[in-house]
Amino acid sequence: MKELIKKLVETYGPSGREEQIREVLKAEIEGLADEVRVDTMGNLIALKRGSGEGLKVMLAAHMDEIGIIVTHVDEKGFLRFAPVGGVRPLGLLGGRVVFANGTVGTIGLEKREPEDENKIPNLDKLYLDVGAKDRESVPVGVGDIACFQRPLADRGDRLMAKGFDDRIGCAVLIQVMRDLEAWPHDVYFVFSVQEEVGLRGAVTSAYGIQPDLGISVDVTGTGDTPEARTMAVSLGEGPAVKVKDGGMLAHPAVKNLLVETAEGLGIPYQLEVLERGTTDAMAIQVSREGVPAGCLSIPCRYVHTPSEMVDHHDVLNAVKLLVAVLSKPIDLG
Amino acid sequence: MILKELSEAFGVSGCEDEVRRIIIEAIKDHVDEYRVDALGNLIATKKSHQPSAISDRLKVMVAAHMDEVGLMITHIEEEEGTIRFRPVGGIDDRILLSKLVLIGKERVPGVIGAKPIHLIKEEERKQVVRVDQMAIDIGAKSKEEAEKVIKIGDYAVFATEFCPLTDDGLRTVKGKAFDDRAGCAVLIEVLKERYPFDLYAVFTVQEEVGLRGARVAAYAIEPDVAFALEGTICDDMPKKKDVSPTTKIGAGPAITIMDRSFIADRGLVKLLVETAEELGIPYQFKQPGIGGTDSGAIHLVKEGVPSATVAVPCRYIHSPVCLLSLEDLENTARLMKAALGRLVTRRFVDS
Repeated sequence: MKELIKKLVETYGPSGREEQIREVLKAEIEGLADEVRVDTMGNLIALKRGSGEGLKVMLAAHMDEIGIIVTHVDEKGFLRFAPVGGVRPLGLLGGRVVFANGTVGTIGLEKREPEDENKIPNLDKLYLDVGAKDRESVPVGVGDIACFQRPLADRGDRLMAKGFDDRIGCAVLIQVMRDLEAWPHDVYFVFSVQEEVGLRGAVTSAYGIQPDLGISVDVTGTGDTPEARTMAVSLGEGPAVKVKDGGMLAHPAVKNLLVETAEGLGIPYQLEVLERGTTDAMAIQVSREGVPAGCLSIPCRYVHTPSEMVDHHDVLNAVKLLVAVLSKPIDLG
Repeated sequence: MILKELSEAFGVSGCEDEVRRIIIEAIKDHVDEYRVDALGNLIATKKSHQPSAISDRLKVMVAAHMDEVGLMITHIEEEEGTIRFRPVGGIDDRILLSKLVLIGKERVPGVIGAKPIHLIKEEERKQVVRVDQMAIDIGAKSKEEAEKVIKIGDYAVFATEFCPLTDDGLRTVKGKAFDDRAGCAVLIEVLKERYPFDLYAVFTVQEEVGLRGARVAAYAIEPDVAFALEGTICDDMPKKKDVSPTTKIGAGPAITIMDRSFIADRGLVKLLVETAEELGIPYQFKQPGIGGTDSGAIHLVKEGVPSATVAVPCRYIHSPVCLLSLEDLENTARLMKAALGRLVTRRFVDS
């Protein structure tokens, strides 16, 4: 599975510019689904039909990642930018980004007044340098979008890369598609777009699919690093079953379904209460007349930086848990 | 000029009646039919000039919002009849003091009072007076007298007359509410032609308070493609730093690639850019990441709608007075008409 993860995280795909990652995903799921389509917004939707006795289940993982968008090219060939999703200045400084056409740039910082030197600079104090000599030689323009450039580092159990949020969820979905053997449900695997700018792909895909049950697979934070914000989630202790986050309360029956399945099979899991941030499940939950929805999270350190970190066993256990959930009838009560 | 009438009309979010009446008058002879929906959106339709089966026809929604930012009366004080208010839509507190406003249907004139400079202490000058500290003075002596002409919940608009500033060059005009009466003026012009698809021109309500009209109109129409026409931010005064002016006046229609509310459909952006380049119409990209338009609501309706926003650059929007170039306005109408004319002859969505 590591090979798949490496391929997915190293592919370009910021919100709104998902063409490249979508093609990679399409190739990976070839032959694994009964139907594959790309909807108006660009969501990649694969249906695996069940025996006909189950529910209509939507699994969502977003294919987009955070990035920056060029707002201005100055006379000397330096670029100004705005965030695409939750990009933070501290995560950008000294980082490298890459555009769809392969242009690479590094982030620089303007001089700061002595009294500001200990403060975190605003994004408007940063600029992007693509190594151009003047405006004319800049190979990208206003509106072009870049994402982090960083290869995957494999440390055995622990993996480091940009874009685990949420390519790791995409990898989990693909592995679930591979591993499913017999299942009663019609399962829609949705690789959604534009999650990082407002769950937008999930809004339209959930409307189109009208699922009976929705589960997003995304990353969540951890509390296991030095002086971390308190959070009872640690790397390597199993996938996290969401109870609540900044945007939703997981449907109790969906939470229980995940918990009881994990306990029944002895799959390690954790319970997640996330203070800030949310996932596609929030959009699915309030689609049309409402959908029972929940989320299975992969614990991840340093979310939204160029070096996010996950534990490989958490990923494998997430796959195992979802395959088990989908392989039996579901009663949401 | 229709822009003068539109600009001077009274139309704060939730109170768009006067603007709607002016627009109906202007379009009724150019459209097949029109209706006003439950929220107050004016929806005018113009059938395709091509005799295809209705089910084969492309439905294109073009939206411009009728509402403007303004004020609402919230409280009349017992003593003196001082009138308190709150903004409707996004208004910077700093631009309110000393402005002349018109309140309610009867357009009662009033002034947002400011303390004379003689009485302002040194440290006070550095502070912003907040909107909840301000009051409108209509010259009444008491609450009773004020209540004869004003009620809580009445809207107020800035009292700004439309007038041309320059006759040649950019042909700059000044007025109020160019956001989005400029878009309304362009849409009225667009409606004068017939296109190879069914056109749904929607003059929306309540954009400034959350894209509310566009959401329900798009839900009802279920368009295949949508455009929002706007009057947008322009910050092109000289600056110390070489950074984006958001848009520049005189540089042509501004096409949005991404703003806070949506990411524009790439096929539609390409259509607009290619049309402008082939016809020699100047155009610019609006600074990405700033503002939001009706497209933000429309593109997420039902299973999603490919959407784009095109805007006339307007200086000083969301204030009592703004400026635009009639060159830009006319070029925006030219671009939209031409781009719409080509819509079905090309693939508009990248596969």
